[in-house]
Amino acid sequence: MVKSLKLKGEGVISKLLINLMFIVYSAMCLIPVLLVLSISLTNEKSLLTDGYHLFPKEFSLIGYQYAFSGTTSILNAYKITILVTAVGSILHLLVTSMMSYAISRNEVRYRNQVAFLVFFTILFNGGLAPYYILVTKYLHLKDSLLILIIALLVSPVHVLIMRNFFKALPDSIIESARIDGSGEFMTYFRIVLPLSTPVLATIGLFISIAYWNDWFTSALFIENNKLYTLQYLLQSLMTNIQYLMSNEQASKTIEKSIGMLPGESARMAATMLSIGPIILMYPVLQRYFVKGLTLGAVKA
Amino acid sequence: MNNNVSGIAAAQKGVKKSGFLGRVIFLQEMVKRWPFYLMLLPGLLYILIFNYFPMFGAVIAFKDYNPVKGVWGSEWIGFKNFEFFFKSDAAWRVTFNTIFYNLVILVLMTVLSVLFAILLQETGSKVRTGIYKSVMLLPFFLSWVVGEYLVYALLNPDQGLVNGIRASFGLDAINWYSEPVYWRFIMPLAYLLKQIGYTSVIYVAAITGISSDYYEAAEIDGASKWQKAKHITIPLLMPVVFIMLLLSLGKIFNGGLGDWGAFYNLPRESGILFSTTDVIDTYVFRSLRTVNDIGMSSAVGLYQAVVGLILVLISNYLVKKYDSDSSLF
Repeated sequence: MVKSLKLKGEGVISKLLINLMFIVYSAMCLIPVLLVLSISLTNEKSLLTDGYHLFPKEFSLIGYQYAFSGTTSILNAYKITILVTAVGSILHLLVTSMMSYAISRNEVRYRNQVAFLVFFTILFNGGLAPYYILVTKYLHLKDSLLILIIALLVSPVHVLIMRNFFKALPDSIIESARIDGSGEFMTYFRIVLPLSTPVLATIGLFISIAYWNDWFTSALFIENNKLYTLQYLLQSLMTNIQYLMSNEQASKTIEKSIGMLPGESARMAATMLSIGPIILMYPVLQRYFVKGLTLGAVKA
Repeated sequence: MNNNVSGIAAAQKGVKKSGFLGRVIFLQEMVKRWPFYLMLLPGLLYILIFNYFPMFGAVIAFKDYNPVKGVWGSEWIGFKNFEFFFKSDAAWRVTFNTIFYNLVILVLMTVLSVLFAILLQETGSKVRTGIYKSVMLLPFFLSWVVGEYLVYALLNPDQGLVNGIRASFGLDAINWYSEPVYWRFIMPLAYLLKQIGYTSVIYVAAITGISSDYYEAAEIDGASKWQKAKHITIPLLMPVVFIMLLLSLGKIFNGGLGDWGAFYNLPRESGILFSTTDVIDTYVFRSLRTVNDIGMSSAVGLYQAVVGLILVLISNYLVKKYDSDSSLF
């Protein structure tokens, strides 16, 4: 009796410590985001005199007004980002799932050879420079919407996750569809895909986040400011700012191209606007994501 | 991932039917299964064009690349591009930084995410566990460009929160963006904060997959929580840990900035910080975009890719020796 009481006491203390640890860690994850939110909502002058605080000292929406004013560069970047994310994610799911399905079927003779081709690209690649030359010199995709979509169109890891999922589908369903006279494409669209919503949702989530957050493709291939994505707009706001402050001529040029010469609060407002959609959809995203991962980890 | 094993083994053995017979079999297969091959055509074409063409293009590492003459027309110059790189002081710096950060991050990431995954089961309330998991995952969804702003809000020398807090304790402000030494800590910290939530959730998923029979049996034998973790959870988690390790090892030297955005964005491309923030990926990217030195860029890229491949093969070999089921191939 005494022993069990003592054990219970220890359990409470260790639980307390564990919870404390996670609370501290959660705070480390949240505080930077809250700080940026607060800066975006603070009066520009107060930022200069009081510094940044976790809660706005002098509340102001001017950052957001500024972000939306001038030319419509942020709105335009939103349009481009949403377009690329939506079209890219759908195409990615279509191309990836078709490929994975084909190499998951045992009756496809060359499935293993194709799988090897896909898998090997995870281990080795030619490097950035040949890729850059291929896209700019041979495919002429520099400064095009197409490259923003194409850059993430197929991911070998996603192919392998999906293949493993399709392999686990019961063969008899596909066999009986075939006996009922369904063509392979019909079986794939009408039977296989509907049965695969968990994996489609997870990969879809992964890839839409990847498209939304992709700054790298733009940094490599995009110079036309009409094709700036949100991430790349943000990046150029950050890299240009010090240069701008010291150079009036440059600031005028930049003002023309990105539509504003933003203060701190405006830049932080732009940041919040770029992560806003993710945070708003977060509860939904998160639930699917964890479910999908559970599935992926057990299967992988 | 083990399913790949069979794939690769079979591909290596290859169905080597020579000449005429092989072609007949191939054509037969294409005619008979055309819907499947049509399905995999777009993806296969993509991979051939965007992944395999650049592999052949890597020959420009040995050429004096001239945009007018193109990849094949340019002059061969042997190992000159490599020579330039290895004679520069950048070679040692970026190689050291790449290895240093990867080792630190791999070790800390693995230990911390396994620890977090185990402790997440012990918070005493499902609601709290759920909340922690959601919050920990949040940074994973943000881009490194956003990360740059988050770090800047904390470390801006004049207005930043950290210096503000230091001031309220009467400490001097630190100019974070011109002191390389601090970035040895800032970089891994930022990287871990973004990724740990994700890896922890994967490990939690793997732990949930462990049959409860083991734990029940251990409980009957009077095992403590620590003993259960040590003798059941951790050993059964090891295969997943190995796979995750091998995959991230592959990324170290594998080029493409996807994961290395941290090293490009967070230090704001500050030249003063290069001694502690410049890694192979940022170097390649810079020599391509800013310096526009395609020869050097591709030489370094190739160096990185080859070292990466060797590294993965060695570690895969070691893992295979230890536990043959956990290796990638």
